[in-house]
Amino acid sequence: MAEPIVDFSLAQELGLNEEEYNRILEILGRVPTYTELGIFSVMWSEHCSYKNSILQIKTLPRSGGKLLVSAGDENAGLVDIGDGLAVAFKIESHNHPSAVEPYQGAATGVGGILRDIFTMGARPVASLNSLRFGRITSGNGENDKEKLTRSKYLFKNVVKGIGDYGNCFGVPTISGEIYFEDCYHDNPLVNAMAVGIVKHNQTASATAKGEGNPVFIVGSSTGKDGIHGATFASEEISEASESKRPSVQVGDPFTEKLLLEASLEVIRSGAIVGIQDMGAAGITCSSSEMSAKGKCGMKINLDLVPLRDKNMSAYEIMLSESQERMLLVAEKGKEQIVKDIFAKWDLNCVQVGEVIPEDRLIIHYKGKLEADVPADVLVLGGGAPVYKRETKKPEYLNDTMNFDPYSVKEPVRYTEAFKKIFTSPNIANKKWVYEQYDTEVRTNTLIMPGGDASVLRIKHTDKCLSMKTDCNGRYVYLNPYKGGMIAVCESARNVVCTGGKPLAITNCLNFGNPYNPEVYYQFAEAVRGIGDACRKLGTPVTGGNVSFYNQSKEYAVYPTPVIGMLGLIEDYKKIMTSYFKNDDDIIILLGKRCNNIGGSEYLKIINNKVAGDAPDINIDEEQRLQDLTLELIDKGLIKSAHDISDGGLAAALAECCVMNSNHIRGCKIGFEYKYRKDFELFGESQSRILISAKEDKVTVITEMAVKKNINAEVIGFVGGKCCIINDEISVPVSNLKSLYYETIENYMNE
Amino acid sequence: MSVPKVGIIVFPGSNCDHDAYFAFKDIIGVDTKFLWHKEGDVGDRNIVILPGGFSYGDYLRSGAIARFSNIMQDVIRFAGNGGIVLGICNGFQILCETGLLPGALTRNRDLKFICKNVSLKVENNKSIFTYKYDIKENINIPIAHGEGNYYCDENTLTELISNNQVLFRYNDNPNGSIEDIAGIQNKKRNVLGMMPHPERASDIRLGNNDGLRLLQGIVESVI
Repeated sequence: MAEPIVDFSLAQELGLNEEEYNRILEILGRVPTYTELGIFSVMWSEHCSYKNSILQIKTLPRSGGKLLVSAGDENAGLVDIGDGLAVAFKIESHNHPSAVEPYQGAATGVGGILRDIFTMGARPVASLNSLRFGRITSGNGENDKEKLTRSKYLFKNVVKGIGDYGNCFGVPTISGEIYFEDCYHDNPLVNAMAVGIVKHNQTASATAKGEGNPVFIVGSSTGKDGIHGATFASEEISEASESKRPSVQVGDPFTEKLLLEASLEVIRSGAIVGIQDMGAAGITCSSSEMSAKGKCGMKINLDLVPLRDKNMSAYEIMLSESQERMLLVAEKGKEQIVKDIFAKWDLNCVQVGEVIPEDRLIIHYKGKLEADVPADVLVLGGGAPVYKRETKKPEYLNDTMNFDPYSVKEPVRYTEAFKKIFTSPNIANKKWVYEQYDTEVRTNTLIMPGGDASVLRIKHTDKCLSMKTDCNGRYVYLNPYKGGMIAVCESARNVVCTGGKPLAITNCLNFGNPYNPEVYYQFAEAVRGIGDACRKLGTPVTGGNVSFYNQSKEYAVYPTPVIGMLGLIEDYKKIMTSYFKNDDDIIILLGKRCNNIGGSEYLKIINNKVAGDAPDINIDEEQRLQDLTLELIDKGLIKSAHDISDGGLAAALAECCVMNSNHIRGCKIGFEYKYRKDFELFGESQSRILISAKEDKVTVITEMAVKKNINAEVIGFVGGKCCIINDEISVPVSNLKSLYYETIENYMNE
Repeated sequence: MSVPKVGIIVFPGSNCDHDAYFAFKDIIGVDTKFLWHKEGDVGDRNIVILPGGFSYGDYLRSGAIARFSNIMQDVIRFAGNGGIVLGICNGFQILCETGLLPGALTRNRDLKFICKNVSLKVENNKSIFTYKYDIKENINIPIAHGEGNYYCDENTLTELISNNQVLFRYNDNPNGSIEDIAGIQNKKRNVLGMMPHPERASDIRLGNNDGLRLLQGIVESVI
């Protein structure tokens, strides 16, 4: 097949603008070949280059604390947890592929992030996710059957894709979060996170070094799947997106498992210089990034690459995103060690080239020079474009900020209103999802999904890891700065409620089109909020991913900067859970009463409004609250701790009653209102935790709270067969249990 | 009298091999070793475990390829000589494929993977696998599978029941298994296949060790 003629219009088709095309001409001093144009177009795509986001990302705290590797230096961040161990963790988006092919899109999202972890030398110990879909429940009498069918189809298949991949690979999928909201109907969000553990002296680096060192491609053969996936991920979703289905890769978790074992073995063998996963932009990205990092180049002969399809062009081989592949640079003379390890696992391991001292990528195929380009100009931090984008405060904020919460009528029947909120799919338990995930493989899971955060022990130590993904996109939409801050604080609070000290975060920033100044305002402000919160809480950003263009013709998704928080528990005997334990235990509210309903699930479910300001947050108070809670847990003073979030105080109390389905408890709450009843019961003010304790501990708890300047109020006690909140709400706990656990299944079976 | 030596078969896609290893080696404290699928024999081992996972990817049918592996030829010989074999989850599927146990494991009734703790009833405690349990005792053991729906023809079923080969039944059938069957032994009573994972319920630090007595039982039975 003849290759197309390279000119600006072809470059434009591949997503490059005029300025970028001219720069390529300037760099090369000639018109690029078709393969070279392909290389530039993927490397300079938003997905690989971060060209529109990197200036903002650089404002985040990206080193310090327990970080062993600064953000962006390696495939994933690395955090010291003592005992000679480190944790590698990262989150990444697979939104675009999942929108057109949910099963494979989600599966390969999991596969990609797992590879990022084990290329560092770390064995993955947990998989997490953060998902957003359109509504799965009928709106107010709208004829929206088609919409619901699509949302359910995406939801069902994304969950199956995540499950099948992780289950076969053998990593427990232990935590996540899911929201359903109209703005995600066209653009679902599928963010996958992985966490791994490595000994300090067994880490690997994604670098190429040493003239003449052999370059190997290992793992699966290269096929025509996923060509230009990175470019596809850098544009808006439209009707034409359906035709991009071939840009979606196909996952093979069994091969990934083999690749894991072989990679860890080869890293420990000491025979390699560097190794990098082939994700977005396949051979192109891995060869140029490894070269740039080692300040060298590579000469590669594509004739040697194992192919699934003999009729592939150089362009296709360079841009293929076939999964379960790695590029590795071995030490000259140690080739046989590398080959033997991959032979043991029955995987391809073929030398395709060698390291050269010059900053060049030289690609030959079928006797022809197909590409000869500098590596450094291709990569982020090297010569890839960097753009400063315009921002403009979004118009809609004038409306939403001016919303008068008192314009909303108080519910007449509180119990009914409460049940509606409690059965919102955003709040109801996600058992339907996590029972499809193997949550226990590797026998380390101490706190299963469904609690505040999930907890894993680390065998042969006393330590545990606590982890959670979190973001309330509605808050970020209503106040991008505060919303970004809340996402960090809430994920930290979740980890704290299990007894974990927050260590570091990874983030996945899902936004609309960055060329829209209003979208860019949301982005810049959210990043500022995340940065401020991370600095205050001492949790640096270890890395992550930016996903723009989550936008269709009519609308963008809510700005959704998902935070993946990692925390450490030094002693597994001190982990804390969120459910009420014993009758007569005293229930205490830590934190202030709530006098607003901005951005709440209550406002959305009962009044069909997304309006007001995001809930209040005071970062100093937040930190004091978290310190206090950790101290209470450490001293063994409390029996449960649960973050108050979506659905407010009422939902949090109900969750504490039924969170452990084998141990449900009632509660009786009585306090005097300071503010409007519905604001106090359903408002979502931040920096609040519900704890329970034995009666004789109450005095000391209150004293400790005073010292930390945190409001601590006894609001009731555990016991009885109902969840009773003042004179407003009363529901038998057996009823609460079925509402909580059966809602999602019922909607899915409708 | 002999010293218990546990061998855990490792297929390339096994993923519960380390869990079984931990249960035998660290919890029970018995001599335990991995056996790579390319090896030709089980060596000096007198207890063989086929762990959970996806042996060779299992894209075709669970366990269909594993039965042809090198090591399985020797496991068949070992079992024929009365050696103790425990197949858990994927291991149970492989045992059915090799014919060491009758019947087959098909897709779950709801066509979904299920991972949860389930309640089992011990149907027969006169076996080397279950003698540490009470008859009709209810125990909680987790399941995690997509193909655990046990099926066999009527004659086989009658035989399984009349020979007391059914060791465990589900109290609340999660996957559609015929007669709620969760685990069966062979006629010679030295091979057990079960979908639930006793190794996941063997460490009290994880909150449940109902499965430990099974593992301890087989270890002590060779002493």
